[in-house]
Amino acid sequence: MLVLDGVDKTYPNGVHALQSFSARINLGEIVAVIGGSGCGKSTLLRAIAGLDRATAGTVALDGESVTAPHPKIGIIFQEARLLPWLSVADNIGFGLDGLPRSERHSRVAVALARVGLADKAKAWPRELSGGQAQRVAIARALVPQPEVILLDEPFSALDAFTRTDLQDHLLDLWADTRPTLILVTHDVEEAVALADRVLVMRPRPGRLFEEIRTDLPRPRDRSSASFEDVKRAVLHSLDLSLQRHRHQDDDLLNAGAGI
Amino acid sequence: MAMTLDNAAPVTTVVAPAPRRARLWRGPVLGLLLPLMVAFGWETAVYLGYSTGRLVPPPSRVFATLAELARTGELARHVAATLGRVAAGFGLGVLSGTLLGAVAGYWSLARRLLDPTVQALRAIPSIAWVPLFILWLGIFETSKVALIAIGVFFPVYLGMMGAIRSVDRKIVEVGRAFRLSGPAMIRRILLPAVLPAYVLALRVGLGLGWMFVVAAEFMGASEGLGFLLIDGQQLGKPAQIVAAIVIFSLLGKTTDWLIEIATAPLLRWQDAFGRHDGEI
Repeated sequence: MLVLDGVDKTYPNGVHALQSFSARINLGEIVAVIGGSGCGKSTLLRAIAGLDRATAGTVALDGESVTAPHPKIGIIFQEARLLPWLSVADNIGFGLDGLPRSERHSRVAVALARVGLADKAKAWPRELSGGQAQRVAIARALVPQPEVILLDEPFSALDAFTRTDLQDHLLDLWADTRPTLILVTHDVEEAVALADRVLVMRPRPGRLFEEIRTDLPRPRDRSSASFEDVKRAVLHSLDLSLQRHRHQDDDLLNAGAGI
Repeated sequence: MAMTLDNAAPVTTVVAPAPRRARLWRGPVLGLLLPLMVAFGWETAVYLGYSTGRLVPPPSRVFATLAELARTGELARHVAATLGRVAAGFGLGVLSGTLLGAVAGYWSLARRLLDPTVQALRAIPSIAWVPLFILWLGIFETSKVALIAIGVFFPVYLGMMGAIRSVDRKIVEVGRAFRLSGPAMIRRILLPAVLPAYVLALRVGLGLGWMFVVAAEFMGASEGLGFLLIDGQQLGKPAQIVAAIVIFSLLGKTTDWLIEIATAPLLRWQDAFGRHDGEI
């Protein structure tokens, strides 16, 4: 279980990006974190990844505190971030350095086949399309078999068709070993299509606004009425989170005008 | 969950343009056309008596001089002397440029401490060091090697420092996410990322090394290709001067090509414009 307790982040420039965020996320759960820009969702993800330290609060995986990148936590970024000087196969095997060669090869081969790129094993990253590159990045994160995989808007740079395709593909891969997925996104449909829980954040400072359980059976039919209902609920919540914020701004403005 | 048109779609591979073979030879041949025509034209002009070719020797006379130098073993001696100086100077320049460039690229404190001084020294025309080097190091080999090393040092230093500083932070973060140790980060991320710019810096450095060896050999040498140049001027032997120039260009091109060949397997991944159909 991943436990976030009062995670708080203020950047050195004074921006209060995340305010006292707490959540408990079970193994195998898929959680989407959604919100407008500046709501601290990427900050949250980077704190869990151990890439940036929280100013206060703790992140703990199975009772073990996470302050630096952790072997059981993998991350997939918005850009594929493949190493251009390694072949596709070597990119996928990048995190398997400690394993014997034969084990590494077989795991990479399985992963390559699983993401449908077996014929690209020896290709260079530059020869891949955006969607293919992101699949390699997914394989690279999955292959060390982490318990938790963090995804930072992983499909937002792709076209709509490839995006839907990769979302389905991600669920397919997830079903193999059922790791915990924490997905930061600003795409409501993506959140509802993938997640068990959607955490709606509100900005300045970033904090949790509302938690919405999707409770939809898998595989999910994106055109069904129940899917639409959940989508509408998330949209409504997002809208409220921003409105309340806007009112606050108005109050501030009014106060300012009064002086 | 269906996977996917993306997968099922036929894989289009980029096919090399058809007239590739024609291109391979047409490039060099086209490039040779002009110099060959000029050489042939001059040869004919001298042969037909339009000029004596005393100050501008025709190719046949240059080749005769080269052959004579080669026969007596003089050529080998001069080439060996020059190559030795370039090798020593290049080695020293690369070593110091790489070390200091790496340090200044990696640690910003070292850069702030070191770089202004290096940049100030770089602004000095390197030939201006010659009198001082001769006073300090004597007129023989040491001062020559030092001058060449100075010429090589600056491009290598700048190339190395710039390359390290421009390594993509996002790629470094991948290394961090996979918990690479310091040495592993250098070996698996920084070195490969830095290599293309570094190789380019080596080639620029080598070019300067060849430039500076001439200057070094002008300041008093009893052997070397630069000596052949001065000797040819003082004794009025233009054919010998041109012969030395030809050898310089051959050696410069060959050593540059050796670096290119040696590093090509390491840089195959690059998506460089010039490597594909950049040449029009």
